[in-house]
Amino acid sequence: MKLPPLEYVCPTSLSEAVALLASRDGDAKAIAGGQSLMPMLAFRIAAPTLLVDLRKLPNMREIKIGADGVRLGAMVRWRDIDKDARLASAHPLLKAAVAHVAHYQIRNRGTIGGSIAHADPAAEIPGIVVACDAEIAVTGKSGSRVIAAADFFQGVMTTDLRPDEIITEIRFPAWPARRRWGFQEFARRRGDFAMAGAALFYDEDAAGSVINAHVGIIGVGDRPRRLPQVEAVLNGRAIDEATIARAAEATSSSVEAQEDIHASAAYRRALAGIMVERALLSASR
Amino acid sequence: MSIKFEVNGKPVSVDVEARTTLADCLRHHLRLTGTHVGCEHGVCGACTVLVDGDAVRSCLMLAAQAEGSKVVTIEGLSNDESLTPLQASFRKHHALQCGFCTPGMITTAHALLSEEPDCDADRVREVLSGNICRCTGYISIVDAVLDARAAYKKRDGGP
Amino acid sequence: MKNAFIGSAIERREDLRFVRGRGQYVDDLSPDGLLYAVILRSSVAHGRIVSLDASGALKVPGVHAVITGKDMPGGPPIIPMRLQPLPEFKPFEQPVIADKKVRYVGEPMAVVLATSAAIGEDALEAIEVEIEPLPPVADWRTAQRDEALLFDQQGTNRSLTFNAVRGDADAAFRKAPYVRRERFRVQRHFGLTMEPRGVMAEWNAATGRLTVYGAAKVPFFNRRILAKQIGLPENTIEMVENDVGGGFGARGEFYPEDFLIPFSARHVGRPVKWIEDRRENLMAMNHAREAEVEVEIACERDGTILALRGHAQVDVGAYMRTNGAVGARNVAQFMAGPYRIPNVKLDVSLWMTNKTPVGTYRGPGRFETDFFRERLFDIVAQELGLDRVEFRRRNLLASSEMPYPIATITPYEHKDEYDSGDYQVTLNRCLEEIRWSEKSKLQGKLLDGRYHGLAVGCFIEGGAAGPKETARLAINEDGSISVFIGSSAVGQGVETVFAQIAADALEVPIDRIRGVFHGSTAYVSDGYGAYHSRSVVMGGSALLDAAKNFQDALRAAAAKRLGCNAAAIEIGEDSVKGPGGKALPFAEFAGLSAEGAFLNKKHTYSYGAQAAHVAVDPKIGHVEIVDYVVVQDAGRIINPMTLRGQVIGSLVQGLGGAFLEHLVYDEHGQLLTGSLADYLLPTASDFPNLRCVTMDMYPSPINPLGAKGAGEGGLIAAGGVVANAVANALQSFGVNPRELPLTPARIWEMVQSARK
Repeated sequence: MKLPPLEYVCPTSLSEAVALLASRDGDAKAIAGGQSLMPMLAFRIAAPTLLVDLRKLPNMREIKIGADGVRLGAMVRWRDIDKDARLASAHPLLKAAVAHVAHYQIRNRGTIGGSIAHADPAAEIPGIVVACDAEIAVTGKSGSRVIAAADFFQGVMTTDLRPDEIITEIRFPAWPARRRWGFQEFARRRGDFAMAGAALFYDEDAAGSVINAHVGIIGVGDRPRRLPQVEAVLNGRAIDEATIARAAEATSSSVEAQEDIHASAAYRRALAGIMVERALLSASR
Repeated sequence: MSIKFEVNGKPVSVDVEARTTLADCLRHHLRLTGTHVGCEHGVCGACTVLVDGDAVRSCLMLAAQAEGSKVVTIEGLSNDESLTPLQASFRKHHALQCGFCTPGMITTAHALLSEEPDCDADRVREVLSGNICRCTGYISIVDAVLDARAAYKKRDGGP
Repeated sequence: MKNAFIGSAIERREDLRFVRGRGQYVDDLSPDGLLYAVILRSSVAHGRIVSLDASGALKVPGVHAVITGKDMPGGPPIIPMRLQPLPEFKPFEQPVIADKKVRYVGEPMAVVLATSAAIGEDALEAIEVEIEPLPPVADWRTAQRDEALLFDQQGTNRSLTFNAVRGDADAAFRKAPYVRRERFRVQRHFGLTMEPRGVMAEWNAATGRLTVYGAAKVPFFNRRILAKQIGLPENTIEMVENDVGGGFGARGEFYPEDFLIPFSARHVGRPVKWIEDRRENLMAMNHAREAEVEVEIACERDGTILALRGHAQVDVGAYMRTNGAVGARNVAQFMAGPYRIPNVKLDVSLWMTNKTPVGTYRGPGRFETDFFRERLFDIVAQELGLDRVEFRRRNLLASSEMPYPIATITPYEHKDEYDSGDYQVTLNRCLEEIRWSEKSKLQGKLLDGRYHGLAVGCFIEGGAAGPKETARLAINEDGSISVFIGSSAVGQGVETVFAQIAADALEVPIDRIRGVFHGSTAYVSDGYGAYHSRSVVMGGSALLDAAKNFQDALRAAAAKRLGCNAAAIEIGEDSVKGPGGKALPFAEFAGLSAEGAFLNKKHTYSYGAQAAHVAVDPKIGHVEIVDYVVVQDAGRIINPMTLRGQVIGSLVQGLGGAFLEHLVYDEHGQLLTGSLADYLLPTASDFPNLRCVTMDMYPSPINPLGAKGAGEGGLIAAGGVVANAVANALQSFGVNPRELPLTPARIWEMVQSARK
């Protein structure tokens, strides 16, 4: 499983990197940690003629926490998120989700930007990005733009990113201290892609009712999604056994589940419901 | 292309195709065959080496990406005179049979213990879940790593 | 000094190189002038080869040659079967390269020789292949229809049916007060090794010698085949066994590459190395285990088993490989396990399908058949209102019944009998270890959202296949002693275990045994390899014989030197002594060597029991192994540490088979599990709560060591025990697990169906 023939460059500036990506008419690909791209090259599913290494680009490895939220440079690794103690309060949902990503060695190299650009529907981070209404800042030959998470993921490993565009930053809205959140996923083995996962949060009004519910589903369908039908079940209500049951039911009936060798569509639908149920239980405690 | 980096404390310069992985570069160009290739798609962990102190899958890195880095392989974690505490512990606990996954296991365990000498069994299992062994069933490997913690705790901030 | 080392948990010598990364596996060898072989494999499951044009590949810079069947005078040789080589199987044997037809995805079609594996892979894309597709036969039911035939001239896709008979099952069924029939199925999976396969060959035209590296398991037998196929005298071929990254029954059989690579080396006159990548390994290393059975059991109301009857179907893939019939035969012959089943009538049919051919995988046929039997036992016990443990006790063979003849298999008339053992003892110990009586009240209980379940199962493990093994001892220049063995090393620690045996037999300190050299054809005159857990029993017993001959030879030589009778010579730890106290160190006899052999037609049977405590989450189908115990009596234990390593390692493979591992094909014969992301292997976090107890109660009476083969028992009972534990946990739903693997989706579906 040797890689197909390719050229490799390691630019030192963002504009240089963009120009290189633009130079091959779609045949150039950015490589960050390489944890998702390298296997595709090994299986010769992808065969770009030029790899543009992003590792020397400046200003892409920081985790900035401020009043407006959490900004992660696209080259921030899973390991960096693990080690940043501030995130336990600044964005506990992000931290909890990242704890499930892959394995030790992969976490030392895999990046948040890489995972988002790769857009595997069963990956945790695209799910978190969608559930949290994050924004993805990208720069290409036409300049910079910011893409809302809901618009970014368009299908299995398909995104709004143009071939010449590089993700520079991922911006999560500010996380209020009293926010309730839950993350549940079920995979065949630890570190595997989820067969289904739920990433959710909600706030509470003065009466203790749910407001601003965000329910995201991972690993079901062709891309991560928020589930408005489930959010509608939660908003305006207190989280009790009945509401949770209705939310689980709404999840199973609203998702479009795929069939694969690990899970049937029926099982996946049911599993999605259970993941939402358990995430809500954990959020409400 | 020409790549310069450091392997096991020595500077090296290799001339390889851009598509050469770090694993293949170490094994074939530098003749350091202790790092093994078990899958070439980043699942089995047999190819684990340290790059700038981090345990990584060398089959998922281009040799070119190691430019300017410090790479340590199992050969760099060994010496002729004696077994290191971790190696001795593996032997004592019969934490290997065919030996193919062993360099990757030891390298990963070394990285873990260097950073977390107080890790518990669950943490050891979590970290080693990225290294597949087909012979031992893992129990003896976890025992060996736990038993080696003492040697890492004695050290001053790790090797 | 006697017995100082046998029985001790001596640390392994081979570890000294393995922990340093100094093992030498076949891909670690790279002689000058080496060419890399990359194999073009069929991407079509069934078809007629219309054309193959490699001219494009030859134009790729760095490509040296492309070998096809056309380069083989007389056509591609056929690989003969090694075990159960029945005439009925001959038409289904595999050519070393696809000839006129392709019959499975992964079948070799051409060999590209290039200056690097990467270039070789580039060149594959330039080879133009035209295949006229034929309807694929993707499962045994399709095969049975005999519509699309893999081998047109045979008129059938069924290569053979084995029959296992004991007593008169039909008569027993007619009289039986209770009969239960059920269907069960085990999935296709295999003995994936961490090191994929590899072969390197060097042809020396000047001396006419061929050296082949990467040999394992049965190098002497493989040399015989290769010599015949390649047209060279056997003694001009050397098979070298390097370090080997696991065998499990799959590595070391004669595969197409074992001809293709040496042939290529000779053809181009340069060393050639082929290293299997993981994608290839999944479609090219022997598959195993896929079996289905419709079985019935006849009992008295008190649970006494009267008879077992049934039909099994084994999917053997596209060709009969060297040991492709073993699993099927064992399914029939060993379904009764350690139980007294006086009447047995089982047939097993072998079906050719357009999938990777099968071979043995640790405990071949036994994992499957134990699942069938133990699962059936729990069903029956429940229906008869009997305690599951008592049901087993009532039917377990007693030690007083040994030797106990088991069902006779035809064709390939093979009578066998269990040699020694007390199955009640291991069962009792197992129940004690898992705290069965204490935990009984948990059965079927819901605690914290999970249902708890228990199960126990008994197993026997056959080992030590004959017919023979050889060993040699020789004194080195410095007076140390080297051991040469025909057995092979696949990771089981032979270098240490044989040093223990030799040291004890010669009554010398273990350090005096300088090395144990195994496997390679240069070391002994003949050897039979490592399979069927035979190395310690056969090799060890041969070593005892060699030790005896060695001592005789040493006494005779010393007597000559000292001018006395051989009987007057005393052999010490490092020297020999004659009458009058005159001593000579071993080094004085450097070069002295003696061979030994052990012949054995009977199998040894280690045995035991396994028990599991599981907790099942019915909403997501997750099963946690809360506790799992294996108790095994392995006869005389040479190294308790390596034995335990075998048991636990084997058990985890069994659990992999029970829960995770599955080679999935679609209806077109395409392998869907093409990477380790889809073919799931157990990892360190999956099964942390496993324990084993090894006993040495009943030495085998049929070899001088008293040892029994014990590398496979850990997994044999795992499927049945796990399925029974899950059924026990979910008893309030009335689920009936009848198929492996027990994936979360399958468990969930069983719960849903039961609810309706």
